Amino acid sequence: MAGYILKRILVAFLTLLLIMTITFFLMNAVPGSPFLTEKSTPEMIARANAKYGLDKPLIVQLFNYIKNYLRGDMGTSLKMQEGTAVTKIIFQEGKFALSFKLGVCAVIVAVLIGVPLGCLAAYNRGRWVDSVLRVVTTLGVAVPSFVLCAVLLIFLGVRLQWVPVFSGSLDTWKAYVAPVIGLSFYPMCYVAKLTRTSMLDAIHQDYIRTARAKGLKTRFIIFKHALRNSMIPVITYLGPMTAGIVTGGFVVEQTFQIPGLGKYFISSILNRDYPIIMATTVVLAALVIIMNLVVDIAYKLVDPRISLTKGDR
Amino acid sequence: MENNTMKAAEKLLEVKDLKVSFYTPVGEVKAVDGISYDLKEHEVMGIVGESGSGKSVEAYSIIGLLQSPGKVIGGSIVFDGENVLEYDEEKMRQFRGNKVSMIFQNPMTCLNPVYTVGNQLMEALTCHNREIGRKEAWDRAVEMLKLVGINNAEKRMAQYPHEFSGGMRQRAMIAMALICSPKLLIADEPTTALDVTIQAQILELMKDIQKKTGMAIIFITHNLGVVAEICDRVSVMYAGQIVEQGSVQDIFYSPAHPYTRGLLRSMPRVDELEHERLIPIEGTPVDLLNPPAGCAFGPRCENCMKICLAHRPPLLDVGEDRHVSACWLHVKEMKEAQQE
Repeated sequence: MAGYILKRILVAFLTLLLIMTITFFLMNAVPGSPFLTEKSTPEMIARANAKYGLDKPLIVQLFNYIKNYLRGDMGTSLKMQEGTAVTKIIFQEGKFALSFKLGVCAVIVAVLIGVPLGCLAAYNRGRWVDSVLRVVTTLGVAVPSFVLCAVLLIFLGVRLQWVPVFSGSLDTWKAYVAPVIGLSFYPMCYVAKLTRTSMLDAIHQDYIRTARAKGLKTRFIIFKHALRNSMIPVITYLGPMTAGIVTGGFVVEQTFQIPGLGKYFISSILNRDYPIIMATTVVLAALVIIMNLVVDIAYKLVDPRISLTKGDR
Repeated sequence: MENNTMKAAEKLLEVKDLKVSFYTPVGEVKAVDGISYDLKEHEVMGIVGESGSGKSVEAYSIIGLLQSPGKVIGGSIVFDGENVLEYDEEKMRQFRGNKVSMIFQNPMTCLNPVYTVGNQLMEALTCHNREIGRKEAWDRAVEMLKLVGINNAEKRMAQYPHEFSGGMRQRAMIAMALICSPKLLIADEPTTALDVTIQAQILELMKDIQKKTGMAIIFITHNLGVVAEICDRVSVMYAGQIVEQGSVQDIFYSPAHPYTRGLLRSMPRVDELEHERLIPIEGTPVDLLNPPAGCAFGPRCENCMKICLAHRPPLLDVGEDRHVSACWLHVKEMKEAQQE
């Protein structure tokens, strides 16, 4: 197990290097410069480029990035908060923490509501409960999040005035309500759909018949015997989804004016603030890699037949 | 003989005119069409018949495990003096696994792959006896595993089904079925999915356990050899009806119904000196969506008469010890005997 995790960490490291390289060339392929404004002259741009090392050949720039990252230095912001260290912007100014808090709440809501809804739909297959849930979950998956967020803002914030219109830095629990709904609705519906499908598959298996023949209670059969067997697809989805959500939903953060990482990431691209683009991408990629590892370990916990390493049987 | 003790025994199960239908989009399928039989305590009854003859459906309706769209539409199933069909959901749950338990055809898929065998054994016990502690349940499960001949029972308890072989899984299934000491075990083709040597072992085990515990068994199979091995009585089913019923001796040595005779003729015999040609039963099984008006076996029967195609034959006594058969030939023979 330890060897396995060590191997995974090594692979993760190489993956990150690859992602950095690709990101680097992609962001440099975007035309424009961080220093290009209406007033800037070619000389000013050249000076700024020289100051931040952007005049060097691309390959040298890339090596500098990698060298600095290995030392834990993510560079300094070129434009948005000129001169401030990127690590400070992301981790110390609470941007990441804000997105993370919101994301974790959303993931918990998505799982705690989505999974039971899926079970409910599967158990009542073909009845009205199933039909209602099918309509709701299909809507949830189909409606773009900016529409949902706008509706939430208008109804909960403006009409009913239950929650603040500006969630800001999430100081009260009320500020969480609308963004968490906005962020969790899509994954919740998706989880419910996945759970329903794999649950339907599970409850027609022979071992469910055995469980019924033993005289177990239906509730017990669904939540003990069927659920655990139908969790694999849900876990597969949850991994990358969690990574995506905790690094911030841009639309949600924009709509509710939350100064989180998601919003910052988009502005950094628009501003061509290269070090911030690179840093947010690496943070997101690292989270995806970690979540994939967690998912693989979770498989093993859910289904003892799955072996993580080839020889482990 | 054994039969004498059996006659004194109480009726454990009484099935009367049981009818089960499946309502499919193309029409009603009468999977079980009015069958009646008794089962005494300690008795082993074999139910034989080809695929689709309704033998499993009949067994599932006893234990309340009929899958939709199947529905019991008539008759009664009286177990220990109570009509099982009148049970509500909770009562049925307490009945299942406790008084009647069941083992199934494919042991490879019948155990839940994600829980240990011990866990699954113990829950079969604890779901009927809430007071039983963990330690006690564990001990009882180990004891059951030992009873069904699993070595290293303590260690095996903590293993998952995929670490068991097919035969061992079926043993574990039997252990699970017997853990609450049920009065009746329904075995739905328990040896069909196993290879021949394991089949023999499992049959031997079931015989042995039946002797030790004295429970009654309904043994569903299409293998007549298995029936001869383990059963006291046999019901032969065809198209949702019992066509002949009697003791094992009667069925094998003096079969009365043409279908039973056909089945026996189509089976190879080891004791025959010369190789004889096996005689198959001609024709195809009944289409239960459009069953024939008269005797269901009529169209395939070599002795078919006019009346067979028009009216269903009654079950008649054709010998001693509750040997019954449903065939118009018996009526004809009786009339001839009376005239003489």
